Amino acid sequence: MTLSLNKRTFALALATSALLAATGAHAQTALDDILKSKVLKVAVQTDSAPYGFVGTDLKPIGLDVDMANLIGKKLGVPVELVVVVSASRIPALQTKKADLVIATLGKNPEREKVIDFSSAYSPFFQAVFGPKNIAVKSFADLAGKSVGVTRGAMEDQELGKVAPAGVDTKRFEDNNATIAAFTAGQVQFVALGASVAGNMMTKNPQLSAEYKLLLKDSPNFIGIAKGEDKFKAKVNEIIADAKKSGELEAMAKKWLGRSLGDLPL
Amino acid sequence: MRIQLDFGAVLAEWPLLLTGIGWTLALTAAAVLVGTALGIACAWVRARGFGAELAPRWLQVVVGGYVELIRNTPFIVQLFFIFFGLPAAGFKLSAETASFIAMVINLGAYATEIIRAGLEATPKGQIEAAVSLALTRLQTFTRVVLPPALQKIWPSLVSQIVIVMLGSSVCGQISTQELSYAADLIQSNNFRSFEAFIVVGVLYLLLSFAVRHLLNWAGATFLFGRR
Repeated sequence: MTLSLNKRTFALALATSALLAATGAHAQTALDDILKSKVLKVAVQTDSAPYGFVGTDLKPIGLDVDMANLIGKKLGVPVELVVVVSASRIPALQTKKADLVIATLGKNPEREKVIDFSSAYSPFFQAVFGPKNIAVKSFADLAGKSVGVTRGAMEDQELGKVAPAGVDTKRFEDNNATIAAFTAGQVQFVALGASVAGNMMTKNPQLSAEYKLLLKDSPNFIGIAKGEDKFKAKVNEIIADAKKSGELEAMAKKWLGRSLGDLPL
Repeated sequence: MRIQLDFGAVLAEWPLLLTGIGWTLALTAAAVLVGTALGIACAWVRARGFGAELAPRWLQVVVGGYVELIRNTPFIVQLFFIFFGLPAAGFKLSAETASFIAMVINLGAYATEIIRAGLEATPKGQIEAAVSLALTRLQTFTRVVLPPALQKIWPSLVSQIVIVMLGSSVCGQISTQELSYAADLIQSNNFRSFEAFIVVGVLYLLLSFAVRHLLNWAGATFLFGRR
């Protein structure tokens, strides 16, 4: 009995290590693979206007989509868009469903452990929004209130850092669900990216919602699989060129109605 | 990229997993108790030979509509309707209450049809025997008809209950902190999605086995006795 169990464990270990070896021989080839297969797979979101949303022809449009097409053009390969939700952006890279994530992705140490980031390409900030008739001066005032947030988004982590113990944080699957919960009155406040919240407030004036507290000023970066330094250098080069040529500035003006501002490298 | 499994990072979040198991079981338990009771009541209304001849016409229409509506729409739509839709009509429910109600009405509809099949399979002679012994209608139903009916359909009802329990994984979408919600939260914190879902998958498997055995035992012990 013990012997057969050991044998089985051994066989399993052997199979596992074979699998690991097979998947391990795969470093630094992303750029070559893309040029060879002639397709650049980019993960974008369709629930965060004006960065990524669905246009009247039901195709994804927005600043992030323009950025994806710009990189595709510079690399000389067509772009294939992979639609993801906030929480599946990083898994999309890890599982190689996408070569790049261009989806209002902010940089933080937790994420840097598992993926790499390009230089920043567009401005973004996250904040808490709520009704005008509830006064909120600081995060301490949120105690005992319910705050909706998109699970796994930057707002979720930032809110976790600054929110007092009494805050009832409700996590939803994507921005649309978070907004639906707020507009239905299921949560009193929402923590959202500024542009998403801006759209929500324009479409729902009856909420009389307003900006309350700044969570984080966090420009967007492009996510790249860990260890693909050659690919990352190429993407950074494209971003730097586009910044110099004014293409990024034009994109920010077109979609955000504001200047690019000072972006970190 | 090398695939390295790190279950430690997921298991370190055991309080979240434990809360998740707690909510999944609590929702299931509530759904079983209330949903089965609802199912029995509705089955009485719909079953020929029992309530179908006695219940008023409007009640039959209401129950029939309920059963068809729930059995022909997806659970997540029912859940979202209750959580996001009802507040517009003035009913504001917490995520937990909405999940509970959605599971009860969902199980109730399926249980109705399962239990009705059991009721209609009762031999006519048994009812005639009960009537000739001067049992009232209620006594006939609760003592003569229902126990053997439940015994016949118990395995299918238990299966449906397990399906509803697994279906509760959808409730995490509206921020109920059940087991899948825990898995989603863990993987969005440490990006160990593969490990998180393996762990939660195994937990669901164990929960299903446990619930199935518990219900098989409870049915035989409290409802209809062993054969």
